[in-house]
Amino acid sequence: MIPRFEWTNARSIDDAIDQISSKALVKAGGVDLMDRLKEGLDAPSRLVNIRTIAGLDDVKEESGWLRIGPMVTLAAIAEHPLIRKRYTVLADAALNAATPQIRNMATVGGNLLQRPRCWYFRNEQFHCRRKGGEECFAQDGENEYHAIFDNEICAVVHPSAAACALTALGAKVGVKGKKGAREISLDELFVRPETDVTREHVLQPGELLTEIRVPAPSDATRSAYTKVGQKESFDWPLSEVAVVLETRGGAVSKAAIVLGAAAPVPWRASAAEKALTGKPLNEQSAREAATAAMQGATPLSQNAYKIPMFEAVVRRTILAAGQEA
Amino acid sequence: MTTIAQTPQQKSEKEGIKDEAKPVQNKAQKSATAGQPETRSGEFLIGIAGSPEGVNKIERNVPSDEPPQLPPNSELKVVGKRVPRYDGPLKVSGAAKYPSDVHLPGMLYGRLVNSTVPHAKIVSIDTSAAEKHPGVKAVHVVQSILDQAELQDKSKEIASRYPIVRYAGQPVAAVAATTPAAALEASRLVKVQYETMPFVVERDKAREPNAPLVFPGTAVERGTAGGGGGPTDVAQKGNVRGPNHGRRGSGAKGDIEKGFAASSAIVEAEYRTQVQTHSALETHGLVADWKPDGLTVYASTQGTMSVRDELAEIFSLPKTKVRVITEFMGGGFGAKFGASNPGAVAAHLSRKAGAPVRLFCDRKEEQWATGNRPDAHMYVKAGADKDGKLQAMKWISYGSAGVGTGAGTAGPAQNLYECPNLLAEEYDVFTNAGPGAAMRAPGHPQGVFGLEQTIDALAEKVGMDVLEFMDKNDPSPARRQERRIGAEKFGWAQKRRKPASDPGPVKRGVGVAQAVWYRINSMDSGCEVRIHQDGSVEALSAVQDIGGGIKTVIAQVVAEELGLQPRDITVRVGDTQLPPGPPSGGSMTTTSITPAVRNAAYKAKERFVKEVASAWRVPVASIALADGKVASEGGKSASFKQAAGAMRTETVSATAMRSPEYGKRDMTFLGGVQFAEVAVDTETGIIRVERFVAVHDCGRPINVLGLESQVNGGILQGISYALYEDRRLDRNTGIMINPNMEEYKIIGAKDMPQIEVHFIEDYLARSSTDAGGIGEPAKIPAAAAVANAVYNAIGVRMYELPMTPARVLIALGKVKQGGVA
Repeated sequence: MIPRFEWTNARSIDDAIDQISSKALVKAGGVDLMDRLKEGLDAPSRLVNIRTIAGLDDVKEESGWLRIGPMVTLAAIAEHPLIRKRYTVLADAALNAATPQIRNMATVGGNLLQRPRCWYFRNEQFHCRRKGGEECFAQDGENEYHAIFDNEICAVVHPSAAACALTALGAKVGVKGKKGAREISLDELFVRPETDVTREHVLQPGELLTEIRVPAPSDATRSAYTKVGQKESFDWPLSEVAVVLETRGGAVSKAAIVLGAAAPVPWRASAAEKALTGKPLNEQSAREAATAAMQGATPLSQNAYKIPMFEAVVRRTILAAGQEA
Repeated sequence: MTTIAQTPQQKSEKEGIKDEAKPVQNKAQKSATAGQPETRSGEFLIGIAGSPEGVNKIERNVPSDEPPQLPPNSELKVVGKRVPRYDGPLKVSGAAKYPSDVHLPGMLYGRLVNSTVPHAKIVSIDTSAAEKHPGVKAVHVVQSILDQAELQDKSKEIASRYPIVRYAGQPVAAVAATTPAAALEASRLVKVQYETMPFVVERDKAREPNAPLVFPGTAVERGTAGGGGGPTDVAQKGNVRGPNHGRRGSGAKGDIEKGFAASSAIVEAEYRTQVQTHSALETHGLVADWKPDGLTVYASTQGTMSVRDELAEIFSLPKTKVRVITEFMGGGFGAKFGASNPGAVAAHLSRKAGAPVRLFCDRKEEQWATGNRPDAHMYVKAGADKDGKLQAMKWISYGSAGVGTGAGTAGPAQNLYECPNLLAEEYDVFTNAGPGAAMRAPGHPQGVFGLEQTIDALAEKVGMDVLEFMDKNDPSPARRQERRIGAEKFGWAQKRRKPASDPGPVKRGVGVAQAVWYRINSMDSGCEVRIHQDGSVEALSAVQDIGGGIKTVIAQVVAEELGLQPRDITVRVGDTQLPPGPPSGGSMTTTSITPAVRNAAYKAKERFVKEVASAWRVPVASIALADGKVASEGGKSASFKQAAGAMRTETVSATAMRSPEYGKRDMTFLGGVQFAEVAVDTETGIIRVERFVAVHDCGRPINVLGLESQVNGGILQGISYALYEDRRLDRNTGIMINPNMEEYKIIGAKDMPQIEVHFIEDYLARSSTDAGGIGEPAKIPAAAAVANAVYNAIGVRMYELPMTPARVLIALGKVKQGGVA
């Protein structure tokens, strides 16, 4: 049951920007938004539907960049031949999210900017820090699905599979607001709790995500994505890993390893990237990188299992990327 | 709630387990005796088709107007075949209208207001703002709570104008308004002031001496038409009630110390299971239409008559003034016998507003408050001698049905195997959590999870294949045959290896587990069969279709009797204005209703044949019905339709009830054996169930296709219980944190194994159809079979459900409980 609201179909990006306010929320695929409305976490008086804006749902290659419109669905990304072939990590991240029905509705822009799924945050009865309250209920509560890194202030995990893949690929997003347009790299897009626990990304109120740009990978680039969920159908990951590697002369010359379901933001495993760079790609180097990925983890009372799980998943994903061709 | 015998279908209780312990004549037998006990002797089939002993004949004394013995399925045209669901096309096309689809003219939308705290006295409820809200037509403050335990001595608790809140989510008040949105808005305007009290939501903590008391004195769950209620004569100390002694009335047999002394192998372990919610797709609720001449409700229920009875009781109406209609319903699994709190509230609102009111729970309310399978903590010790004969078993369990009772688990331990020395004790532990309810084999999936892992471990310790161990200790000839068939279809001999045989990180294993359930029936089972002059035939009963496909089964039984096809029969069910029908619980629907249906069809046929014989001027005995035709020995023949045209009246009809079970009254069991194959990723802790083979018995199978569906569903619900489902309450606030279909994880399409289902024909000579149920046995062994397969795969036993990756990794020693890896 959702309280009443008004609805408008935006005609253009500028039209949408004009209409957005604290009472008028953007509606893309509506998947995350519907859940928030049902739970009363948001109670807008108006929704601004941006799916009616022309030209936001294209995928095209342009001067060394892959440009993905924010309204492209996860299903379309998962099936796109070019993305499947050259940006495997992104296609597989999209393919493993949610269910076919949700992938057909959910947009990649919405997937990046969705709010966390923490069961305390998602319950109207818990006024947690992320909602402006004083407490993180997960820390001394039920936390088996929560963060093992950066979890001191708020233990949510970032829910976006696409964000892991796009971060590993070095993507940027274009945003536009009343004050003009700007570009933000994925590494800069997400907000850690110590910066501001009430938000997940740096978009200002009234700003709209207008484009995703992914640099074209070199011919020596390989990538892979793995999700481990308790269930294979309709479940959030317990751990997910996106790996993008470049190899030269038999050794890894560049590594991007990003973990999902690990921290409040897509978690770049820098120590693992460092451990792998310069090494030949094999079982041993993958294992060492996986161990490095878990350095500094601070598990809570119920989620230490994520450490051995991530170690296995990081190792396997590195090896899968190495085998991918 | 502990046993189906304690659920409120009092008539079925008389027919149920309790009687089996101390045999007394049931009501119908008594009345037959009081009148004229006209009986005849007849020969009936007994035995298992295809078994070494085969099918034989047994003499039974039966009421003289019972139809003749039905031949074995191999000689029948319709019964025992695979018949597509009667109303399948209606359901898949959306044409079937469920209670929650009912929209009456002028109907209002009801919405509950629920407690936000787990334990409190309500100081005040201010409904004034809600009453003034535009569109609001009625407001109701809940005065009594159904389906949970009640404090016996009210003086032990602080005086309160309103029911004490004992769990977060307990209904407090309700509103009815002209739109759902107005009802939602108004519900948020009801101001409830709480004086909170200490609470406890964890079973182990509730057992501690100084735990907050859920009830400050003895609390009993009254047997109502709404279901539930444990034994009343049980001691209570703090939050703990018990011991109960399980399904056979006595938990002790022989001398367990002597038995353990005679054992050469002893295993001992503690097993724990979680709370599982019913999660029916259609939530609890109904549309109530209160009119001056009576109350009509469209209820999502598994017991039209028990809803009628409970509403009649609540509103002091004669049963004749309450009509319950359930043409279709979207799942019950044991929690939908009565009016339930939302249903009673809807009727109150309808009476106040003078308009129909629709009130169905939202998913949260459904998860919080409308029932669940209680959790369990089972201590099990079992011993066997060197020949593999069970010598002793000790079974002590603590389970919490929240603010309800009925968390016993000893049924399987008492009834699955022969064990000369047995001690069983069950304790209920009150917690500030939503009440348990009967759920698909109450106590048994829990009990079998502990028992069948115990048997697996004991067989290993004795050094015997577990199937051989079962052969030595299981007295059931049906399960013996099922093990034989299952082992062959599954490839047990080839697949069963030593534990942890696979060298790689992903390890495969196989396991087996068994079910025991009880043949239960309700004497309130009636049916009318009408044959019309145009040759159309209808069958009518108040029985509801919980989803198992009873309409199809009824059509088959009538069609078989009349020489027609199931599609020729119009079946009308789910309306208390029709002849009485049994509740769909305890796997009793088919057992109960099919003999009534056959008896009615047989009697209607006799009248029909008499009409035709008279019109054709041939002897009655010369007429036979087969293949859609009516033929006389003299060579006269016509289609059924043409023959019906010769009737002198528009309709011939007969109404019949079920007769008592044939033969001496003793416990008759249902069983089943399930084999599972799993793959366990020992690095991630993920268990994938790859294959299931299930072999079950249900007396005479009627619709093999429908039975397969139920077994598929039982296995899936069992795997979901084994691996995923877990009601989670926040330990610090008592609030449920996964009251949805996202974080309350239920098995999905990609998690399903390949399932192969087989049935045996187990003739019991018990009724005019000899059919039995399947719903519950189908669910019972699945989780235990998975657990045994996991042990076989990894060589480490899983003692707690659900078997999450975290628990698997902890069991494998890859991470410490609550600690750093």
